[in-house]
Amino acid sequence: MVAFLIRRTFGMIIVLLAVSFVTYLIFFKIPGGDVAGRIAGKQATPQNIADIRQKLGLDENVLVQWWSMMRELLSGSLVSYYDQTNVVQQIKEGMPETFSLCIGAGIIWLGFGVLVGTISAVTAGGTSDRAITALALIGISLPVAWLGLLLRYFFAGEGGAVSWFPDGGYVPLVDNPWQWFYHLLLPWFTLAILFIGFYGRVLRSNILDTINEDFVRTAKAKGLSSRRILVKHTLRASLIPIVTLFGLDFAAVLGGGAIITETVYSIHGVGYYAAASIHQQDLPPLMGVTLYGATFIVVFSTLVDVAYAYLDPRIRLT
Amino acid sequence: MATTGQEEFTLDTASELAAEEGGSKIEGKSPWALAGRRLRRNYIALAFLGVFILTLLVCLLAPLYSSHVSHLNSDTPNAGGHITVNGQRIPILSKGQSTFNENGTVDLTPGGIPIGPQWGASGGAYFFGADGLGRDVGTRLLFGGRNSLMIGLSSAAITTILSIVLALLAAYFGGAPDWIISRFFDLIWAFPVILLGIALGTALSINGFNHGPIHIAPGSLWIPIGVIAFVFIPYIGRPLRGQILALRNREFVEAATAQGAGSLRIMFTELLPNIASSVLVLFTLIVANAILTEVGLSFLGAGVQPPHPSWGTMIADGQDVLASDPWLSLLPGIMITITVISLNVFGDGLRDALDPRAKVRIEH
Repeated sequence: MVAFLIRRTFGMIIVLLAVSFVTYLIFFKIPGGDVAGRIAGKQATPQNIADIRQKLGLDENVLVQWWSMMRELLSGSLVSYYDQTNVVQQIKEGMPETFSLCIGAGIIWLGFGVLVGTISAVTAGGTSDRAITALALIGISLPVAWLGLLLRYFFAGEGGAVSWFPDGGYVPLVDNPWQWFYHLLLPWFTLAILFIGFYGRVLRSNILDTINEDFVRTAKAKGLSSRRILVKHTLRASLIPIVTLFGLDFAAVLGGGAIITETVYSIHGVGYYAAASIHQQDLPPLMGVTLYGATFIVVFSTLVDVAYAYLDPRIRLT
Repeated sequence: MATTGQEEFTLDTASELAAEEGGSKIEGKSPWALAGRRLRRNYIALAFLGVFILTLLVCLLAPLYSSHVSHLNSDTPNAGGHITVNGQRIPILSKGQSTFNENGTVDLTPGGIPIGPQWGASGGAYFFGADGLGRDVGTRLLFGGRNSLMIGLSSAAITTILSIVLALLAAYFGGAPDWIISRFFDLIWAFPVILLGIALGTALSINGFNHGPIHIAPGSLWIPIGVIAFVFIPYIGRPLRGQILALRNREFVEAATAQGAGSLRIMFTELLPNIASSVLVLFTLIVANAILTEVGLSFLGAGVQPPHPSWGTMIADGQDVLASDPWLSLLPGIMITITVISLNVFGDGLRDALDPRAKVRIEH
């Protein structure tokens, strides 16, 4: 177990280095043309561009350039060339709002996803299964931006049909827990609906497969109640792939993947910060957020592997 | 599990289809013929395929709509213009004005609110109203749909072809090629899809793409196409690699090798036909995902660049005037949802028809 953890940690560090190199390639090499001018953004003066050339060592070779970019980022001195704010600082400030959004949404989508998938599988072929299957399909087909605006239009603000909810914005949990909850309820569901549909579909087909396994038949032969078979035998085995999915999807939204929901509801999290930089064509913040997001996925996928080995004794730690 | 009656309506046809086919019915028929027969009987999947084709055709007719119905261009702002409805001249964007009403209070009308849907009252122009810059929403909806669908279909085609090539090379040769290609998949996969798309889309939208003989202008549709195609490579490449790896050691490949078939021949005549059904299903599903990704990227400003319309940019254009003019955002959203639902339903039906027991889905 210890050897496994050490090996995975080591592998993780290598992947993170590779990820940062890919990030470097995206912003410095893939587009081609003058890098300094691009990094400096729309309102750059020739002096800005010359400074950037020098600071990032753009006349040096590829590895040196990559390393100077990494040093800038890791030392926390990377600044936006649009408004000179510190990128690492801005990401840190966005984290509480992103985390509030994602943890709440994660609980909702995991809970509802499992519930919906289980009901659908247990009643397979019946009316509720058909209704859930159709709804799940609609859920995975909705564009998030549109869903967010739709919910805002109908349930929030003055123009809406009913103004049950505040129209976007965020209140810190420590300031007022009720207002925090109240402001986040719509964003939580906006973010969660796609995943509820997706997890419901995956879990349904997993359960239907597991039901035909020998150990389920054995449990039935032992005379266990069908409820016990479902919860202790079928669900436990069917949920394992869901753990992987959840770990990675959760990492992606924590890492800025909730960017559209944050934009629609003006939640000033990490994703919102990235979205705001797109219109300024301000690349350093995007560089920071991209790397931040990838770090989450890499770390969580390692955690998922460990959890996987723990949940499924058939999988050996190698 | 309870077995369901055959004539019962259900969206999940796998089990019924499998149960229906007895020995005598399938004798002497090729797998493709059987799949075709199953698909022909799946009326829901076919109906949704029809919906998708209809949407595609309507969007392809955008230039005709522009020249014969609305008589308006999709990209030219017309903020100061007027239209004539029932002999009245109406400004396309309302000017702010104050009027006294009966009880003596002053009514202030805010300026800059575009006219709503005319439903043909103005002779075709502004059928669905105008957007914030006075452009015709109907025309933009069709041109935007054309762009969104073209990006979805082209990027899905490119990503599928690239993934097949990479997966074939990796799984057939094994060893170093496999290691390199698998690590490449892992690396792209380590980025959140939307963030990688934004990073590439924004970096490329500044000066375009310039390498050697290839120059792509910043506003070109090829940028979102290329970006989305690149981002989705591991999501098809990984499942395909797994499938080919399993086929690689089967007897028929060994037989081909024993007959003296070369690598290319084995890849094209032995391996490729065996993954064709998965590729078809994955392609359908990836088109749906690519359209949703295009919408997300364009909504955020990292996809299709203004003034060109796309369903994503139209949603973004409408979000500032959501309270007064909700249809600006709602209309493109409805189109996207219809398109993506039809692709997903057809993809599910195709999977059920081709291999009811296969677990083909886009790896998350």
